[in-house]
Order: sequence, then C-alpha cells, then structure tokens
Amino acid sequence: MNTRTTHEPILHMENIEKHFGNVIALAGVSFDVAPGECHCLLGDNGAGKSTFIKTMSGVHKPTAGSIHFQGRPMSFDSPRDAMEAGIATVYQDLAMIPLMSVARNFFMGREPTVGWGPLKRFDTETANRVTMEEMRRLGINLRGPDQAVGTLSGGERQTVAIARAVYFGAKVLILDEPTSALGVRQTANVLATIDKVRKQGVAVVFITHNVRHAMAVGDRFTVLNRGKTLGTAQRGQITPDELQDLMAGGQEMAELEGSLGGTV
Amino acid sequence: MPADSAPTGADERLKTEPFLARLMKRPELGAIAGVVLVTVFFLIVADPAMFTLAGVLNFLSPAAQLGILAIGAAMLMVGGEFDLSVGSMVAFAGLVFGACVVTFGMPLILAIPLTLAFAALCGAFNGQIVLKTGLPSFIVTLAFLFIYRGLSLVGLKWATDGSTQLRGVRDAVEGDVLAPLFSGDAFPGLFVMLAEAGLIDTFKNGMPKVQGIPVEILWFIAVALVATYILLKTAAGNWIFASGGDATAASNSGVPVRRVKLTLFMFTAACAALVAIITVLDSGSTDARRGFQKEFEAIIAAVIGGCLLTGGYGSAIGAFFGAIIFGMVLIGLTYTNIDQDWYLVFLGGMLLIAVLFNNMIRKRVTGER
Repeated sequence: MNTRTTHEPILHMENIEKHFGNVIALAGVSFDVAPGECHCLLGDNGAGKSTFIKTMSGVHKPTAGSIHFQGRPMSFDSPRDAMEAGIATVYQDLAMIPLMSVARNFFMGREPTVGWGPLKRFDTETANRVTMEEMRRLGINLRGPDQAVGTLSGGERQTVAIARAVYFGAKVLILDEPTSALGVRQTANVLATIDKVRKQGVAVVFITHNVRHAMAVGDRFTVLNRGKTLGTAQRGQITPDELQDLMAGGQEMAELEGSLGGTV
Repeated sequence: MPADSAPTGADERLKTEPFLARLMKRPELGAIAGVVLVTVFFLIVADPAMFTLAGVLNFLSPAAQLGILAIGAAMLMVGGEFDLSVGSMVAFAGLVFGACVVTFGMPLILAIPLTLAFAALCGAFNGQIVLKTGLPSFIVTLAFLFIYRGLSLVGLKWATDGSTQLRGVRDAVEGDVLAPLFSGDAFPGLFVMLAEAGLIDTFKNGMPKVQGIPVEILWFIAVALVATYILLKTAAGNWIFASGGDATAASNSGVPVRRVKLTLFMFTAACAALVAIITVLDSGSTDARRGFQKEFEAIIAAVIGGCLLTGGYGSAIGAFFGAIIFGMVLIGLTYTNIDQDWYLVFLGGMLLIAVLFNNMIRKRVTGER
C-alpha cells in the first residue's frame, strides 16, 4: 500500500543546520520525501518549521548539512532556482490577487502567448481552458474562468494555488499550513486535493500543527521541536495522541491536558 | 496529462450568470452609464446645435485632450501608482517642444521624438524615485507637480528673455510634412465629398461647415484602442493588473513588477507630451499655464472610468468615456442657459458618485461583504 517503498526519495535533506547570528533555528534536521508520498512536518509554533521549509525552497541557505534533489547534491541560490528545479511552495498568503480572474491568476507571470512581435498576445483561450480543466480535475467547478479569485472560498483558493504549482511542473510541493485558517468542510476539500495531487506522483510536504489533518492524508510524520527532529514515524506506527504529545513536548502537555480535562 | 481529465464543456450544476449581472462587473459600466445620462440631459436641456456634427466635434476636442492624459493616468492607476505631475508635464514638455522647434529650429521629425523621449525620461525619473524609496507615488509626484511647473516658468523666461509665453511655433513648422499628423483636421477631402453629396451641412458657397475631424480625436481613439489591447489582450496587461493588485504576490509569481511600473510612469509622461505637442501646434504657442490642474481632471476621468484608487482594477475604455463626459459637460453648458461655473460642482459631484460606485463594484467582484 505504501508507495514510498517503490520510489527513491526525490528530495533528501541531511543534518540541516541554520543559524541566524547566535540563534540556532535548526540544529541538525534530516528529512526526505518520495514521489507520490505525503510527508507531514509537524511542530508547534517556533519549532523551526518555517525556517526549515524556507531552506527547502531556496529562501535560506543552510549553515551546514546537505540537500540532495533527484539524487544530486543541490544548492539553491533563490526561490526561483528551486522553483525551476521543480520545488514549489504554496505559502499561506498564496500569491494570488483577489480582483483578478482565476485564469489570470493561474497564469500570472507565466502567460501563454500566441502570435509574434508586437502582435504577440495573451492566449486567453488556452488560459481559460487549462484553468477550467485543472480546477475540475481537483474537484472544483468554477462558474467560469473569469470568476474573480476574491469570490472563491479559502479552500478553493488553496486549490487554485496547488493546481497552479502542479500544472507548472512541481515535483515537490511544499504546503505551508494550508488548512490553518479554514473551516471543517473547506479543510476536507483541501485534504482531498492533497490526496489527488499525491496520486498524480507529486511529492507533497505538508506542514501543519493539526494532528488530525496530518493523520488524514500523511504517509509519514516528522515532528520538529526546538529546531530538532523528534523522529519520523510511518503511518500506522503512531497514534494521534502520541503525535500530539511529541509535538507539544510530552511531559508539560500531559499536565496541561489533565487540567483541561483532556479536551485538547 | 493523465487520461482522467474531465471533458470540457458546460457544467450542468452551474447556472448561467444573467447578462445584467455580468455587465455589472465591467469596470467601464459606470462611465458608459454616465455618458448616456449626460447625453439625455443635454438632449433635453441644450440647444439642438450641440448634437450636430460640428457640435459633437466641438465637445470631443477638449475631451480628446483630457482623454489622452486620462488613459495614461488610468493605465498607471491600474498598475497601482499615481502621477500627479502630468498636468505640469504638459507645460514642461510644451516648453521643450517649443524650444526645439522655435529656439533651435528643429524639424518635427526630430522635435517630436525628442519631446516624447524627454518626457519618458522625466516619467522614468519619477518612477525610479518611487520604486527606490518605496514612498507613495502620490507624494513624490506631488513634488514634481510643483517642480515641473516651476521649471516650465523658469525655462520659458530663459528661452524668451523674460516672457512666460513662447510664440512663433506655427511659423516654425510651416510646411513640415509631419505637421498634419499632429495638428488641424484630418480627412478634409472626405468632408468636401460628403458636402458635395449633401450628407453634411454646408456654407452657402458649398464648402462643408466642418472641414475634418480634429486630429486629437483620432489620437485619442488610437491611444484608447492601444491601451485597451495591452491591458486585456497581452501578457503585459496581466502584469499591470497583477502589479497593481498586489505587488508582492505578483513579484513572487515572476512578474517583473519594477519594470512594469517604470514603463507605466514613462507611458503616462509620454501621453502628457503627446497632448503638449498637439496643443502647442494647435495654438502656435506654448505657455507656463498649459495643462494647469489637468492631473486632477485626468485622475477623476480615470476614476469615473472605473479605476480603483487602490490599483489593480480599471479600464482604458472607461477613462475614454470618462473624458467624454467631461468634454460634454464643459462645452454642453455653453449650449444651455445654465451658469458655466456649475462645471466645478459637477466635477466634484461626479468624482464622489464614481468612487462610491466603484467601491460597490469592487465588493461585488471580490465577493466582500
């Protein structure tokens, strides 16, 4: 059942350290993800998740450690480098413009064109068709390609951002807390989208601090705490409660949970 | 592509949007509605002479001069920036053009590109300051509103030994082959033919009352068409909307935001220079008050045309109609018994209504509540 066994990891990060001045944000984190796999990266606020994914997507250069992408050592100079290699990140702000149509957003900065010279123009027909197709494939039926992104729900916007990244050749898709601001139903939609994208063979790195969301789609789970990995577990080898405890730093959380009557 | 992609075609679960609802989302709707309202008003109130061929061209001329500025302003506003210096730019470019032609005796083939290039350079300077410092373009270009106006005054006095008006442009360009492209009326032959065929009004000697279409109207239409084409049909148009909508998001998606904004500043200034060239050739002189307060009228016309003050939304066609509303009211009032100074009241009122209306449209488009 686990697709991981049939694939080599596409992205492998070994003992990554990142220091900002005298602050050690990451103190030796190892992580890998394979095509068709959803690897969840969990951690509480301040655990180093953001720094780690920014290292992965080329925003930060690691202070120490190695990154292998498709079997070769890699060092990305900019997010653009990483993007061109096939590592796409969908940040929480989504890089989308509410006043513009879905199709215009989908192809923003990468517009298809027809004609040549001064008559080279934006190929609206292709843009509209592709947008509708890609969105339908992820289970979203738009009113039309000219519908403004501002009229979409938060979950639908996430899906547009994910569909865009995948369409433009993402091999590794990093999702930065895609479900953190969403309602129950929209969360379910986004999780379903993640599942569909994974089945297309994309390696998904899913950052979250919600154990339930992670358990719903994850193949493997890595917990970060205070800049260190607390370990990686396969699906089925760990219970949600154990994951929760790991994330919150075990002991303290158990005490807190007691005083809150086990509701957290 | 995996084979499981659904066939394209209509989704039976979706209602087709009513035509009216679709129309309500067009940015230029307000301006077109405004043109209709103003036309109806003057059809009732004004002397019927206003809507003869001569009357229509009469109000389209000032509309065209304002409109070229307004389209430049609209493009820049869609791109998320303002330029308050375009009015002063008209005077400044007029001075440069006048000096080229009269003082240095250049032919138009040199003077016109030089004036346009000079204006574009000034626009680029504006843009660089805005982009480098991150200050609001509103304040930077407000500074240049005064700087360019002052430089025009100083420069004119220097070029004319103390006068603020530079005359003799008409004599200097007499017989220049490019002059008919930028001044006078176009298609005189056609209008003579129409007069002979009895299709348009003529004087007693058989010559047409209207000798042609003033060239600024043709330039106005051309600029509006080019701007609309760029905005709606090219990749650059998408970049303009994106840069104005959210510069960071656009930048993260690979849109060259700085280059887009810089080009827009240059385009807006070049529009001002085009107006300067046309009006200076038309009147045969240039003076320091040329284009006075036109920046505000241009921005108002752009806002009536559906541009949001926050950027990322608007239309060049809207600005086109916005400028026509201005021309109609400015000239139309002379065909009525109404005191012409109502024009200013109208100007402010129109702006207020347009902003309220745009706000409503924006909420509809983005689904905000």
